[in-house]
This record gives sequence, structure tokens and C-alpha cells, in this order.
Amino acid sequence: MSYVEQVPSKQAPEVVSASGAVAAESHAGTRTVSRRWLLFNAAIALNGIVGVALAVPIVRYLLAPWRRDSSYDSWVSLGATDAFPVGETRLAFYKNPSSNPWDGQTDNVACYVRRESSDQFRVFAVNCAHLGCPVRWFPQSQLFMCPCHGGVYYADGSRASGPPERGLFTYIWKIASGQLHIDAGQMPTLSNTAKLVKISIGQGDCLCSG
Amino acid sequence: MQRIKQTAIRIYGWLELRLQLEAPVKDAALHSVPRNTASWWYVFGSAAFTLLFLQIFTGILLALVYVPAAGEAWNSLNILNHQIPLGWFLRAMHGWGSNFMVAIVLIHMAQVFLFGAYKFPRELTWIAGVFLLLMTLGMAFTGQVLRFDQDAYWGLGIGASILSRVPFIGGGLVHLLLGGPIIAGATLSRFFALHVFVIPGTMLLFVFLHVWMVLKLGINEWPMPGRLVRRTTYIEEYHRQAHEDGIPFVPGAFWKDLTFSGAVLAAVAVCAFVFGPFGPGGQPDPAIIQTVPKPDFFFLWIYTILSYLPPSMETPFILIAPLLGIAFLLALPFWAAEGEKSWHRRPVALLAVSTIAVCWGVLTHLGTTTPWSPHMSAWSSDPIPPHYLQIATPLVRQGAVVFQAKQCRNCHSIGGAGGERGPALDEVATRMTIDQMRFKVVTGGGNMPAYGKNLSPAEVEVLVSFLETLHPANEPPAYDASRRTIETSQADDGATTRTNRNATP
Repeated sequence: MSYVEQVPSKQAPEVVSASGAVAAESHAGTRTVSRRWLLFNAAIALNGIVGVALAVPIVRYLLAPWRRDSSYDSWVSLGATDAFPVGETRLAFYKNPSSNPWDGQTDNVACYVRRESSDQFRVFAVNCAHLGCPVRWFPQSQLFMCPCHGGVYYADGSRASGPPERGLFTYIWKIASGQLHIDAGQMPTLSNTAKLVKISIGQGDCLCSG
Repeated sequence: MQRIKQTAIRIYGWLELRLQLEAPVKDAALHSVPRNTASWWYVFGSAAFTLLFLQIFTGILLALVYVPAAGEAWNSLNILNHQIPLGWFLRAMHGWGSNFMVAIVLIHMAQVFLFGAYKFPRELTWIAGVFLLLMTLGMAFTGQVLRFDQDAYWGLGIGASILSRVPFIGGGLVHLLLGGPIIAGATLSRFFALHVFVIPGTMLLFVFLHVWMVLKLGINEWPMPGRLVRRTTYIEEYHRQAHEDGIPFVPGAFWKDLTFSGAVLAAVAVCAFVFGPFGPGGQPDPAIIQTVPKPDFFFLWIYTILSYLPPSMETPFILIAPLLGIAFLLALPFWAAEGEKSWHRRPVALLAVSTIAVCWGVLTHLGTTTPWSPHMSAWSSDPIPPHYLQIATPLVRQGAVVFQAKQCRNCHSIGGAGGERGPALDEVATRMTIDQMRFKVVTGGGNMPAYGKNLSPAEVEVLVSFLETLHPANEPPAYDASRRTIETSQADDGATTRTNRNATP
């Protein structure tokens, strides 16, 4: 019904627009005529303000997982260094540092540990640098092979062939009280491994240890 | 009997007074459609509609048992499969219903494209349809994730790896996709919400708009070569055709829709009954890395593209190509809103659809055979055919042992068994000389890793001795002509020296 009232008031300025004064008068007239129009617009404005006020916490809630890498990563132990013979590459497991009770087996993460000498390690992610499939280690040919698209890596993690653009992702490691620790907490991807560098005190291939 | 009938009429009257649905339903059912649209080519849209409701119905039934928690989902699927009476059948109906739905939606799209149905005034109907296609594919992917097994787990990993390639915000997008830093409980919960609430809800809204526009604008008439669409005249022409040479939608055209929908439902049920449910495969434990993840049927073509793209093309292609494709589909009705509708006069359209269909078929076929993947167990499970070694020297037999033990077989087939990543080696000696083979083994090249560090010189020698025996009986191995000259001259020199030596005393 309000439409019927509004149609003439909308047309009015066009009819009298020849003179500014008259137009202003007719605007003033419009306002006095449609109190309902004002209330309606006030109601829309109220809902707009409430909507924005509600959107802020909703968006914040939706973006909750979007956090800095450092808030997810922490040092986790892979067990005693004695478990890794020199010159061998072994599969090791750790429980992801941030986990929920309902995660089931999914927070049980695997990685490859290569002990190059008594005090030098390399820890590789199992995820292929191409698209994240689990690579398999073949000790006979000293190669990692990916079952998905055929990426192959050498024992030192460098790219041998196939679609990956780079070598295997590596974790930063340190030795603390006879245990091998790695800085882990995220699924390694091209977007976060470049930043997986953290300065901390201890042995290992972190920047501070030279 | 009479009383029951009167009561029914009274109840109907009571309801109709309040609902007032009779007039709009009659309008929709009896509206006039051009006679030539009562065709078997026009049944795919309604079949997709029927399948959507089959999916919603079977989905709700599965949700009565399924547990959307990472630790329990896999177990609850196995209980559905093995313990709940006919739980397997409901899972199979939902899985096959999904495959049929993707297929029918794609066929529907190809049909309306070839019939020019996206042209004026049905541009928005097409655009809603493009979004419905994307949501159908979204449902197929999220549904694959809810079947929380190894394929689902590593499929999510592939999704996350693709998103991580987005510049600047890739890391954040991965966190949003996974609901946290790794694939875990939060990931499954959000995919459940997407699959069960967000996407189906949006789909219902879009389906309503899509069907509303079909009813309001009328079904696309059968395209006739030479009858061009003009914005100024089309609506009038269409109404004239629909009324002068038209029939009421029900039952004139509707009986074919009804029949085809029934047949599709029956086909889903038969497939479900005969082939059973999809998975679940191995449990979603990331510590079990002895797995060969593969996407579901309708995503195999993407899997193939991702393995054949050159590394430098990959990131631009997988980030830009889908956006360009979607932008093209959305822009199509504005770009070609007028003109010829008939495929008889649209060779480019016909060629585009057939090219896409052939490419899709080839890529999907390659995706089922995955010739680019190493066969992880070929080295220990596929023996060398005995006749290759029947008259072999000990050196050659030792080479065959090295060939198996160093996993060469994972990428190279012999006797039809083994990987297809590299060339089959049954006749390799006719293509390469022994020196070329030695060089290739040690330094690698192309898609082959270098084995220089992983093979001792003795192992390389026995390996190439074995490879040199791989040629047909009637075709000698390749040889290096210059090498032969040197050997001949050395032999001659030797003979001369010997002669001289004999002559000297």
C-alpha cells in the first residue's frame, strides 16, 4: 500500500524541477507526507546497523582457523636419537601438537628421519612437494617415490624427476637431552614451508646454530 | 463410499481455502509449451531435479547413522555397510545417485548449450544453471570427503596443496579449508556442514529460481535453422508459437519427463544393488603411507591434467584455468544472446562440445590407468619372464637381480608387467647402445632419476649387460659404429703387433 502513496511523491520533483526552490519545497512536502517512509527507512537502517554489528563476530568466528604459522607450530619429540641408525632413513611418528580429542587417528603424523652422521639429521615431510601425497622410501635404490603423479626424490630429499618443482619439505630439528625434536604442527605445503624457520637455542639446523 | 468422497472433498476445500495452491499449480501444469519441445531431448533437467531429491532423501537416511567425527566416521560407515540391515544399499543409492546426478547435469548442460537455450531471454536461467553445476561438483567433492577413508584424507591433502599455491593468502586459505593446521576433526566437521547444510540449501534456492524462470519464460523451443533470436521480437514470436502450435505441459510433455526420471531412479537402484556402495577404503590414518590415493570418477580428468602439466605451468594453470572457464560460462549468454540457435548452423559450438567430450573421455581413461604413477610393488611382485633368462650368462642373471632389486621395474615394464612411467624395456637394446644405457642409468635425464650414487660400478655393469640382452631374436642390439671401428682397428693393431713380434726373431 505504501507504494501507492510513494508514486506521486517520487514523480513530484520531476514535474516541478524547473525551479530549485520549488523542488526543495516539494522535498520538504514529501517528508511531511510520508511519515511511514521515514519509519520504514529508519527500520531498514536499524537492521543494517544490527546486521553489521552481527557480521563482525560472525566473520571473526569463520576466520578463526586463519592464524599465523607460529601459533600452530611447536617442538615435538620423535624419540631418542639412538632409534635412528647412521646412514639410514626411517619413518617416524609424532602426535600433532594442536589436536582435539575427536581427531581419531588423524593427528598421528608421519615423517622421514635420515641420520647422516652421529650429530647430523635431516627430517623430511612424507607429503610430496607436488600435491601432498605420501611418498614412499625405497632403501634399495635410495629413492623416495610418490604414488600419485610419479614425483621422485633422492635420499637427500632433492628432486630427482617428475612434476614436483622442488625437493621434499624438511622440518627444522634439534637435539635436546638425547631426543630428536622437530618444529612441526602444520600440514607442509608450498605456502608455509618457506616460513618454517624459527630461531631457538639448541643443536641442529636452525639459523642460530650456524 | 459416497460419504468418504464427500469428506475428502470437504477436507480439500478446507485446505484450498487456506493454502490457495490450486490456481498456481494449475497454471504451472497446464501452461502451453511448443509442441516440438515434448521431446526425449528435454528430459534431462527434470531428471537432475529428481536426482537432487533422491540425494536429499537418501542423505537424510544416512545421516541417521553416520557420525561426522574424524575418529568415528570411518567406523560408522563400516557399520552402515555391514551391520545395519540394507545400510549398504542406502549408501550405494547415495553414491550411485551422485554419479548419475553429475552425469545428467553435464548432459543437460551440453543439451541446452547445443539447443541455444542460454540466449535471450533465458540468460539468467543459464547462469543459475552454471552455479548449480558448480554446486553439484562441490557436493561430489565434499561427499567424497565425508566417506572419510584414505582417498578422502589424501584428496583433502591435494586440495590443500592446490590452495597453498595461491599467492600471499595461500597459507590462510589452507587453514580455512582444513579448519586448522592439519587434516583432522575440524576438517571433517566443516565438510559435513558444507555437504549437509550450506551447499544443499543454496542449491535448493537456485533450483527454485531455475525452475521458476523455466515456467515464467517458457521452455526453450526446438531450434530451427534460420530462425534467429532477436531481443525485439523473440518474446512475441515464442508466445505465438507456444499458443498456436502448443500443448499443455501436463500431460503432453510431462509424461516423458516422468518416464525418464523413473528410468533413471531404476538405473540408480540397479547399479546400487549390483555394484554396491563405494568404500570406505583404508582407514584415514596418515601414519599408513602404503596407499595409492585416487579421486572419484568425475575428478579423474583433473588428476590426469595435474600429472601431465609441465612444472612451470602448474601453478598458473590450476589457479587461473578454472576461473577462466567459469567466467566464460557466465559470460556466454551475454556474448551470444541473439542469433542462431540451431546446432546445424553453429559448427563451433558443436566442435567445442565434441572436443571437450573427447578430451574428457581420454583424460578420464588415462586417470583410470595412471601410466605416470610408479607401480610401487612391481619390483617385488612382477617376476622377469623366464624366457628372458633361459640362456643367460651368470653376469646377465646378476643384472636381472639388480634390475628388480633397485626398483627399475616400478617405472619400466618388461613382458607387459611393471610401471609405465618410463618406456617398456623389452626391446631397449635395439634403441640404445650399451654406452648410452650406461650413461642414462648413471646420470638419469628426462623423467629418470640418476642412479650414479646408488649403484656401484659393478652393479651398473651387470645391469647394462642384462639390458643389452633385451632385443628380439631376429634383430641385433644397437651398436656404436665408431666404437666398432676402434675395436676393429685395435684388433688389427693387435694382429699386426703379433705378426711383427712373430717376425722379429
